[in-house]
Amino acid sequence: MADFSYDFVEAPEDGTPRVLQLRGALSVHTLTRLESVLAEHTGNTALTLDLADVAKMDTAGAWALVRFAARHGQARIEGLSPRLQDLLAAVEAAMPRPDPPARAPYGIREFLENTGRRVAGAGLTAMAMTAYLGVFFARLGRAVRHPSEFRLTSLVHHCQDVGWRAVPIVALMGFLIGIVLAFQGSVQLRQFGAEVFVVELIAISILRELGILLTAIIVAGRTASAFTAAIGSMKMREEIDAMRTLGIDPAMVLFVPRILALLITLPILGLIANVSGFAGGALMAWAELGISPGMFYVRLVDQVSIDHAIVGFSKAPVFAIIIGVIGCHAGMQVESNTESLGRMTSSAVVAAIFAVIAADAMFSVFYARVGM
Amino acid sequence: MTEEPIIRIRGLRNQFGTQVVHENLDLDLFRGEVVGVVGGSGTGKSVLLRTIAGLRRPQAGSIEIFGRDALNCSDDDRREIDLRMGVMFQDGALFSALTVRENVEVPLRSVKGLTPALRGELADLKISLSGLPWLAGDKYPSELSGGMRKRAGLARAIALDPEVIFLDEPTAGLDPIGATAFDVLIRQLADSLGLTVFLVTHDLDTLHAACDRIAVLAEKKVLVTGSMASMLHVDHPWVREYFHGPRSRAAIDATTRTA
Repeated sequence: MADFSYDFVEAPEDGTPRVLQLRGALSVHTLTRLESVLAEHTGNTALTLDLADVAKMDTAGAWALVRFAARHGQARIEGLSPRLQDLLAAVEAAMPRPDPPARAPYGIREFLENTGRRVAGAGLTAMAMTAYLGVFFARLGRAVRHPSEFRLTSLVHHCQDVGWRAVPIVALMGFLIGIVLAFQGSVQLRQFGAEVFVVELIAISILRELGILLTAIIVAGRTASAFTAAIGSMKMREEIDAMRTLGIDPAMVLFVPRILALLITLPILGLIANVSGFAGGALMAWAELGISPGMFYVRLVDQVSIDHAIVGFSKAPVFAIIIGVIGCHAGMQVESNTESLGRMTSSAVVAAIFAVIAADAMFSVFYARVGM
Repeated sequence: MTEEPIIRIRGLRNQFGTQVVHENLDLDLFRGEVVGVVGGSGTGKSVLLRTIAGLRRPQAGSIEIFGRDALNCSDDDRREIDLRMGVMFQDGALFSALTVRENVEVPLRSVKGLTPALRGELADLKISLSGLPWLAGDKYPSELSGGMRKRAGLARAIALDPEVIFLDEPTAGLDPIGATAFDVLIRQLADSLGLTVFLVTHDLDTLHAACDRIAVLAEKKVLVTGSMASMLHVDHPWVREYFHGPRSRAAIDATTRTA
């Protein structure tokens, strides 16, 4: 690669302008040095740039020369070979001319404006979610009245995807939670000699809260993201627009089977989590405290009210709808670029998990008030 | 223009499974010329482009770029070859998470010692050279029309002033006005920047308006190369149908009228 060098001739004779001779390559690789040389020689006096020995020039070099000539009104460029002169002319014609930038708000005004936009945006999103919930129920009602429009195959497919495939992870999670509860409980309860109450500890906490909540969180991570990705990539490739033009209702075809599949399978998954939680708890109680599985079972049936199970399972449909609506809504917000697909997928998971926990908190307050 | 070829392909063979796309393909690319590659669907035009650009390894044959064996050279040599070539993909293939200006800056980052301010200004120059308005620099690829995305892809391809650029279907999906403007742009850039251009196209107007030489891909090799006029005398069924069809005649009429 040719190198770059320069020579500066200070006023050879009186009256003649100063001459700056540039040699070698004026390219993007030598641009930094060229710029610093040119910056040294800006001034008001006449200056001639002698470029007879420039062997190579690219658009970056030409750009630097054109900009120098524009800033330095009395500079003349001489000696370029015709081909490079053409390049210089092409770059000069294409010099970017900035439009005046729009004045952006700053300081306290910017802060207030952004806060306002975010609050309004959150409100609009909440409203849109409610609208999706409404659309889901409306289509569900329509499916009851016109069963032929309902896609049973699709429902079964999603039940398999959302429910059956999640069984191993949910069962394992429940089993481990049971083990943790039994172990921690036994350490604490042994201090009071109340080891046997570990059964109630495990049963109540799993039935009321942990079984269904943790199942919902796992499903939110697995399924909300899958819904968003599937619907989002269809949206991105205009498949959803195509459906509309073909007279197919995307809400009926895409939302109803998915959300309904969640409604059906989430309570079942919750039950699996509960049962495997008991299994883990019983195993640990046997190993740590010597409570035999038979005794565990008897105490479980005698001492733990069915109310706890009712409270737990009553949350499942609500969680299912929250996860489904958030996943489908986020999928429909995907724009035509790949980046928004990733962004919406992760925001769907975060929103679904957060909403599930918030709803659980509200359930706790509600059941405490009604005394269940 | 009749010096050593800057790209020289000999005996190239590309195959997918048992399906042979190229067999014993020879092609030369000379400095400063605009070569248009045409061929029916499935004749491997894009495969040829990807092979020369180094995105695909052929099963056999040799490719010499800038006098160096591009298939059996060190990674450093390959990198230097890559820096001297630019590729514009069909839909621009811009990084969707970056603005147009940042997209054009990406190749400039490999130049040592370039300050961010200088890099931004050079990117603006390339954006302007490829015929985009100033405001396009701050936009994201998804906010641009198809034609503007192609121009932005071209701006990124010429960011480092490559000696050769590869254009994959530069005018596909553009309206006639946009396509004509793009043809003019390619010609202008080739003339003013001294670029060598390798373009794959279906567009007969582009072949007329922008290309010095046409290479026809058929029967798994470069069947014939030559000027547009010489294509009319080639005796091969596909070539005859292609260059004597109604669209071709319309394109020839249009150029002779304006000439």
